[in-house]
Amino acid sequence: MATKHLMRLDLIFKNERDTADILKKVMTKSNNDIINELISSGLKGRGGAGFPTGLKWKLTADEVSDEKYIICNADEGEPGTFKDREILVRVPDKVWTGMAACAKIIGAKEGFIYLRGEYDFLKKELLKSIDEFHLLLDELNFPFRINIFSGSGAYICGEESALFESMQGDRGEPRNKPPFPTQKGYRNKPTVINNVETLAHTYSIFKYGVDIFRDLGVQDSRGSKVFSVSGDTPIPGIYELEFGMTLQRFVEDFGDGDAKAVQVGGASGFCVPRKKFEKTIIGYQGKLTGTSLPTGGSMMIFNSSRSMYNVLHNYLEFFVEESCGQCTPCRVGTQQLLLGIEKVKRGELPSGYLDKLLDLAETMRITAKCGLGQSVANSFSSIVENFKEEMIY
Amino acid sequence: MTTKVNCKIDNISVSVEQGTTILEAAKKINIKVPTLCYHEDLCVAGNCRVCIVEQVGTDRLLPSCATPVAEGMEIITNSLRVRNARKRIIELLISEHNADCTKCFKNTKCELQSLASEYIFNDEGFINLVPYKNYKEVHLSPSISKDDSKCIRCQRCVRTCSELQDISALTVAYKGANMKISTFFEKPMYEVVCTNCGQCVNRCPTGALVERSYIDQVWDAIYDSKKHVVVQTAPAVRIALGESFGLPPGAIVTGQMVAALKRLGFDSVLDTDFSADLTIMEEGAELLNRLRMSLKENDTTVRFPMATSCSPGWVKFMEHAYPEYLDNLSSAKSPQQMFGALAKTYYARKRNIDPKNIVSVSVMPCTAKKYEANRPEMHASGYKDVDYVVTTRELAMMIKQAGIDFLALPEDDYDSLMGESSGAGVIFGATGGVMEAALRTVYELVTGREVPFEHLNILPVRGMESVKEASIVINNPLPEWDFLDGVELKTCVAHGLSNAKMIMEKVKRGEVNYHFIEVMACPGGCIGGGGQPIPTNYVIRKKRTDAIYSEDEGKPIRKSHENPEIKMVYDDFLKEPLGHKSHKLLHTHYTPRNRY
Repeated sequence: MATKHLMRLDLIFKNERDTADILKKVMTKSNNDIINELISSGLKGRGGAGFPTGLKWKLTADEVSDEKYIICNADEGEPGTFKDREILVRVPDKVWTGMAACAKIIGAKEGFIYLRGEYDFLKKELLKSIDEFHLLLDELNFPFRINIFSGSGAYICGEESALFESMQGDRGEPRNKPPFPTQKGYRNKPTVINNVETLAHTYSIFKYGVDIFRDLGVQDSRGSKVFSVSGDTPIPGIYELEFGMTLQRFVEDFGDGDAKAVQVGGASGFCVPRKKFEKTIIGYQGKLTGTSLPTGGSMMIFNSSRSMYNVLHNYLEFFVEESCGQCTPCRVGTQQLLLGIEKVKRGELPSGYLDKLLDLAETMRITAKCGLGQSVANSFSSIVENFKEEMIY
Repeated sequence: MTTKVNCKIDNISVSVEQGTTILEAAKKINIKVPTLCYHEDLCVAGNCRVCIVEQVGTDRLLPSCATPVAEGMEIITNSLRVRNARKRIIELLISEHNADCTKCFKNTKCELQSLASEYIFNDEGFINLVPYKNYKEVHLSPSISKDDSKCIRCQRCVRTCSELQDISALTVAYKGANMKISTFFEKPMYEVVCTNCGQCVNRCPTGALVERSYIDQVWDAIYDSKKHVVVQTAPAVRIALGESFGLPPGAIVTGQMVAALKRLGFDSVLDTDFSADLTIMEEGAELLNRLRMSLKENDTTVRFPMATSCSPGWVKFMEHAYPEYLDNLSSAKSPQQMFGALAKTYYARKRNIDPKNIVSVSVMPCTAKKYEANRPEMHASGYKDVDYVVTTRELAMMIKQAGIDFLALPEDDYDSLMGESSGAGVIFGATGGVMEAALRTVYELVTGREVPFEHLNILPVRGMESVKEASIVINNPLPEWDFLDGVELKTCVAHGLSNAKMIMEKVKRGEVNYHFIEVMACPGGCIGGGGQPIPTNYVIRKKRTDAIYSEDEGKPIRKSHENPEIKMVYDDFLKEPLGHKSHKLLHTHYTPRNRY
């Protein structure tokens, strides 16, 4: 079904069968040129955090080390996100090309796909595709190899430093930062870690040039983004759309006509109520109070039949289980938030206790060790503040 | 040259070396940032988040223990945001913690309690999570008591066990709300590969890991008029006990300790230092015997290096990790067990007391000694040789329970028969001490001359270096030892089990050819033992060590073989080192154990 307002771009999913040419083109460019292209394209990490990709590659290239790595984060664990899987199924060699370009720039001899445990069934086809890609690399005399590392199922291992720990055979717990992965990543060596989609976008930039990419989107949110649309929508699925759309337009195109809220960015993202659809733009800049919202691509639409208490309860159960448990705010905070809303709902604690929980969520946001604990407040505060009556009654 | 970085902490400028953390920089200018998971001996975890501070202009707070100072940083350690967040975090920790403080061994000595005491929690607080947790009952081994309901998941114990000891008996299990500190396959503490060293106990901020206490049993024995209760005190207790009464580390309180023990009601207050001297006689004789068999009789089955066996943590480590090397361990029992075996034989006979009425108690800087005393083979006297072992901390608690004003006590002397000791016995308490004591005696037995070191101080084996090597060439020995002429006696000293492992791997690979190695399971030796007053760190251990050596210097007798009570026990009872009685009472065997 064609959308009314938003244009489907399908740059990424265009199956172009010209990997060999693009790879060759990239390999003959100077490192500086590639980095400059990426930086001026405005490409930012598509996993959700939005770190400028060109800068990440440059920082890692500037580190002095005879051992460096490029890792493709395919742990795709955020509830409501399923776009990376589709990219790996349909256009894997775009991802490999991005990895090879990065390897050339930073000086890596080895790259890894950290593949979500549940995606193990993709492994056979991916290995086949990697083998074919290796032949292209050999033709170009470029000494680089890609391997697959299978995750074991913990959400936290999608966090980059926990991912390294997991790959090293240790407990998947986030590290202290600094040092950052660009300085000390996998095996404590300078490492670029990029989301699947980010790497696929580099292919589009290499192929179509900076301008095509840069002309899409708004301000600091350039290019297109692959969205995983789910929930109360007649057309769930994966869509590549331009950055900078308002939620209003998104809901008009994708909603069932009765959307009361959209959860942008999965369990760790923000919940936007209907009255804020018009003012909310999907992009990197700003916070909930501002005008735009970041997202790793998950867009969950809830219509008026849904209980937002149940939605929040579900997210909190998820966090209580998926926190690694090492830092106090996240381990204990998530338990307190979950028990707290249950007790308020049952009338065992006064509704005023929600204020204490909001305060706790803010403490978690500013004190937790990694993105998991820090972002619990996103969904918690935005749901509790916007749907307070549903929490109490 | 190191680069300096400048920052401002609470508006005070400070310049530090690159890599210095905010916490260390703050300390430098006497600003105290509270910590919990941080420990000077361990790598930084940054997981409790108590030490968070605010960087001006930054939204999120920073863990000061894990964040290096960057040029131009402006840090505020006590802003409103920091204060509120820190208070919330302490509240969270308390909500997950079984706060039955009045029943806790660590009451008034708990770091969480003391943090909480700095804030006033006047509102309701968070929901108490303990009832939701389904904590299992307290895990007990003969040495250690582990109560998960009091654990705050700081992972100090986990880091201690892996970094300092390379054992990893304790590790993190599960995730999220179920995350906890557990053992391999969640086996009970007495079944896992644990050396009972108690270093985790020394570093646990709460009452989650404490020694298994035998205070009540000791009181029962004291109050039982039919029992004759003897107590022995290990060398390292006298230089650390004072810390429990507010004295600085390194304060020597031998006289007060003896006086306190007498007031507690022990019938006889004796000294493990005496049996340390005895250990030197037996272990020294064993070393010379091995050398004789190897060098003179060309017996190729004799194992070198011979290793000391006084540290029960090290012994159990060997049983688990290197069972094929158990013959390398000296068969001589530890001083504690030699004392125990003699208390119910030699002492009983001399004092004319029925050994079944003797209760033998030892005060040790150690938790592994509790396990050692409970070994089934430690019944050489026909009874349990050492009935109860209490730690330095437990003794302090008993003294407080008895209402004794410890600091005001007049000094007293040990009772006789097994109370006299040489300086060599005293230095057993520090890493390198057993080696030094052994060399003082062995060298003199073989050559008839004192060891060739100024004031008998064998400095190469002293100090906090993780591994120390020393050798002595034997020249012009007495005729009986002529086969040792020109032999270079090679020794090695290590402390902390990760260092021990390093040495044993070298031995295994045949890279070293030591004759004699001394290993203490704990950092610094017994002075840093798992039963010593908390806290511990490098500076404290150094001060305790200095105190041990000054105690040695002050002793009129510095060599084990010159201790008159040692001469007497051989003349009247044992006859000779490695003799029939010694073999029965003072030597033991070891048990190969699993690695998992």
